[in-house]
Amino acid sequence: MGIIRTENLTYVYGEGTPFRKVAVDNVNLDIDEGEIVGIIGRTGSGKSTLIQHFNGLLKPTSGKVFIDGEELFADRSRLKEIRFKVGLVFQYPEYQLFEETVYKDIAFGPKNMGLSEDEVDRRIKDAARLVGLKPELLDKSPFELSGGQKRRAAIAGVMAMEPKVLILDEPTAGLDPRGRDRILGMIKEYHAEKGTTVLLVSHSMEDVAKTVSKILVMNEAKVFMYSDRSSVFAKANELTSMGLTVPQVTRVFDRLRDMGIEFEDEVFSVDYAKDLVLRLLKEKGDNRVD
Amino acid sequence: MIKDITIGQYFPGKSVIHRLDPRIKLLLTVIYIVMLFAAGNFASLGVGVAFMIISFLLSGIPIKMMLKSIKPILPIIIFTGFLNLFFISTGDILFEWKFIKITSGGVHTMVFMAARIILLICGTSLLTYTTSPITLTDAIERILSPLRIIKFPAHEIAMMMTIALRFIPTLIEETDKIMAAQKARGADMESGNLIRRAKALIPILIPLFVSAFRRAEELALAMECRCYRGGDGRTRLKQLKTEARDYIAIAITAAFLAAVIALNIILK
Repeated sequence: MGIIRTENLTYVYGEGTPFRKVAVDNVNLDIDEGEIVGIIGRTGSGKSTLIQHFNGLLKPTSGKVFIDGEELFADRSRLKEIRFKVGLVFQYPEYQLFEETVYKDIAFGPKNMGLSEDEVDRRIKDAARLVGLKPELLDKSPFELSGGQKRRAAIAGVMAMEPKVLILDEPTAGLDPRGRDRILGMIKEYHAEKGTTVLLVSHSMEDVAKTVSKILVMNEAKVFMYSDRSSVFAKANELTSMGLTVPQVTRVFDRLRDMGIEFEDEVFSVDYAKDLVLRLLKEKGDNRVD
Repeated sequence: MIKDITIGQYFPGKSVIHRLDPRIKLLLTVIYIVMLFAAGNFASLGVGVAFMIISFLLSGIPIKMMLKSIKPILPIIIFTGFLNLFFISTGDILFEWKFIKITSGGVHTMVFMAARIILLICGTSLLTYTTSPITLTDAIERILSPLRIIKFPAHEIAMMMTIALRFIPTLIEETDKIMAAQKARGADMESGNLIRRAKALIPILIPLFVSAFRRAEELALAMECRCYRGGDGRTRLKQLKTEARDYIAIAITAAFLAAVIALNIILK
């Protein structure tokens, strides 16, 4: 049994008003521990609503959610406990910073968990290192930081809780390409180092393709598919009709394969494509000067 | 959640009540309030009830929404009810025990006041349910605009109200989001004593204020970029028009008001 499991999960906004909307429709999921999963879908496809169920911020209209084998809302007094297992980083997390110093802000979560001072201190330093915040920044006011630094500080605040599952909702929204790569790289490193489950919500296929191994596609409140990268991208046409795209580099290489060039791997990132091209050229180009 | 609070929550529809000129609707609501306070006995209050029920049926608002708007003021109704019940000592004594004395006058006033408060809330809720906040402030601006002669800043006040109303849902949404984010970090807002709970609000209030100021600055800049320079010489996209149905509504309301006054005099 996976770390996150849902049974017929359904959530309806504004029941009984003219604004009624089914945001999550009968979702059955089973996500294994240690997986790094991308959740993609258009705006309004129910991604954000879905993930808020995973740490009990929303109560399902019907259906069940299990975290680490334990049903959420079965026992309300356990809710807080379970919530600490699932760290949720919201969209634009920098808007939730409030403390006098970055250090204190990162400490907010671990302190709420009732950890000892030494342990809190260790976790703050560890989280700051993971997100690449220099130690001298910890004593600054969070409002003095740059946009990208603020976001990393906010993410560190959740990482410091050392959750079994880390969920990030659009962590790269509104950042420039460099900031985006930095955040994505940081998430990858975090996953590699900690080995915990990571869910990455995004509408950018390119971001997801670069970072994750499995993809969950949401469409109109339903799960369209949950599978590994290559089988998801194999459905390029269906994805396009949902308003999503396959990464451009993947499309280029699919076309190359159709044209008769032989290679085995699926290509998801430009860096990987570069290596592949060089390798293919080398294999072919025995008669050429390198 | 916080979203359930109905501060002038508009309930979209196409009923006659929805389509009335907002200025007239506002005016008629004021007349309705006058009607309620003019009513001196149950018969005349009954006319107010009839007026309310007719408008309510015409509006097509679900009864559930109406009940929802009464719910928050129930404590006030109960509180005033008790005060009236125990402190009014006119009429026959119905019940007496030590210092507690309940009289027919007290019961009468209790029921009468409760009915009046409920009618008051229903009427004003009906106005806000059937008129979008923006239209409403538009109407207020128009009604107050003659006061410009005495330098009364009608436009500025209306603009401030419009902006305030416009940002209530945004700020509520923002509060919900910040609350969710802090809860995800283990913030506990539901337990502990008063001081602890007040302290638990800090992680919500600070980000909320920061973002409110940011929004205000952005909005001011956006307005200036579109050359907003106050109300002088501004034309409007939607002109308010008074039509036949508005005059009919005025006539009906006037008839009800007359009935209330007549019943007051007859049954004195």
